[in-house]
Amino acid sequence: MIRTYALAAVLLMAGAAAQAGDLKTLKKINFDMPDDSAITFPAGPGEEAISGNCLACHSADHVMNQPPMDREHWHEVVEKMIKAYKAPITEEDAATIVDYLVRVKGKKE
Amino acid sequence: MRDSIEGISRRRLMAGAAILAAPAILPRRVFADEPVVDLHSPSGNSLRHISSAFPEKGPMIVHRTRPNWLEPRFEIFDKGVFTPNNQHYVSWHYQTFPTEVDPDKFTLAVRGHVEKPLTISMKDLLAMPRISLAAVSQCAGNSRLYFEPGVAGAPWANGSMANALWTGVPLRHVLDLAGIKPGAQVIRFAGADESPAEDTPRFMKSLSIDHARDGEVMLAFGINGEQLPLLNGFPLRLVVPGWVATYWIKALNDIEVLDQPDTNYWTVKGYRFPDVPDHTVAPGQTGYNLVSITKLFPRSFVTNLKDGDKVASGKPVYLRGIAFGGDCGVAKVELSLDGGQSWQAAKLGKDEGKYGFRRWESNLALPGTGAHAVSVRCTNSKGEAQPLKTTWNPQGYMRFNVETIKLTAA
Ligand code: HEC
Repeated sequence: MIRTYALAAVLLMAGAAAQAGDLKTLKKINFDMPDDSAITFPAGPGEEAISGNCLACHSADHVMNQPPMDREHWHEVVEKMIKAYKAPITEEDAATIVDYLVRVKGKKE
Repeated sequence: MRDSIEGISRRRLMAGAAILAAPAILPRRVFADEPVVDLHSPSGNSLRHISSAFPEKGPMIVHRTRPNWLEPRFEIFDKGVFTPNNQHYVSWHYQTFPTEVDPDKFTLAVRGHVEKPLTISMKDLLAMPRISLAAVSQCAGNSRLYFEPGVAGAPWANGSMANALWTGVPLRHVLDLAGIKPGAQVIRFAGADESPAEDTPRFMKSLSIDHARDGEVMLAFGINGEQLPLLNGFPLRLVVPGWVATYWIKALNDIEVLDQPDTNYWTVKGYRFPDVPDHTVAPGQTGYNLVSITKLFPRSFVTNLKDGDKVASGKPVYLRGIAFGGDCGVAKVELSLDGGQSWQAAKLGKDEGKYGFRRWESNLALPGTGAHAVSVRCTNSKGEAQPLKTTWNPQGYMRFNVETIKLTAA
């Protein structure tokens, strides 16, 4: 084991053993979360529909970091958002969004 | 707001927008000056920012900014078997949870099919009998990034797992104070996180009464001797040793004893995978049932070297890593250089608790120069071993096959 690592582990454990039994109070916390408003979807047809419907519950990087998928799988995803998670999305917008996703994050056959 | 975010100028945001127009490059540049890591996904969705902008967290790989999906760089697992709190991965379903929390005002409800419904304060909890134990928290979708073909879901590399020394009140103590009435069936847990959409099902999971009363399932307020980081569930979370982290409800504030089965979405429909051997099917396969994910499976990793590394030939290569048994301890960790035909045992490090990470190490003689595939396999104390064959299911859950890295000796 590299020495600094060993030392860090020992300190952590000594700290943990000493404090685990006597954590007597908890401190109040107040934090700000990072603002993701600058993380946006790539421009192009359907961008308004996806931005209008898919940013309420999760940031755009969530969708952009998905693996490329074919139309069937993107359709399944959008349906799941509507049926399982009750995203209020019209059928028309859903179709536009699937087209957008196939174009931007489609799987090349 | 943290400086790194606040400091982003208008111009940088515009520059970010320009890059966003070309999805083949990185999709977003909000953390404009932060480094990018390549996670080598076989599907190609490999590039992520590493950001230090999240409260109480060091540099984390960002899979999703909101609600947070953050994991540490894999190197940190080489430093020891206890994951530092500021590197402990983060996963939320719903973005709306309090970020300003006064523990003096916190209450936990214990209600439903009980003799005496309780409203418990943090002061009460801190005064109750407590236990500490080491346990691995692992997301059901850990390693989803390595599923091939790629599947939708949190695109984790191998780092949505963490081992910590948890401190808290055994759930049994609190349930016994409330007095479970005869006819009770399950115990359901919920936290303070909420979806922005009104009708989204609340995130809840449940446990059987016997499991909830096993003396190890815990209402944890301590992690490695400190209070929980906000993003790991401050001030209180459920810890279910040996079970997948889905059950470890964060910002826990509601315990409900039900006299009927739990029919909520996340218990009945969410977090299920194929009920077949190794929970592995072929892409497109149909005609199998789904079953709820419960216990963790054995896993093991090399942590001091990574895939593609070069090592010196002519002398044994020193390898070390971590393993965990799942819902029991690690019995052995073995290495193979021939794709699993023959195995040699690694030396196990100190046992810090059966539910935790266990260090292993080995001096491995590589037969000659050139490329070598090194596989590592954990067998747990129930005799369950990681399968050689790659595990895959369309949900991207619970990869636990033997992992292999390629080393080149020169
Ligand atoms: C009502 C809230 C809500 C809206 C609106 C919403 N989602 Fe989701 N989405 C969720 C939840 C909840 C999950 C579950 C995973 C998690 O976040 O933990 C999820 C997961 C996903 C996943 C991962 C796959 C999976 O099944 O978990 C993808 C991809 C996704 N959403 C895309 C979209 C797209 C595209 C839209 C717009 C059409 C959208 N979402 C709109 C709530 C929402």
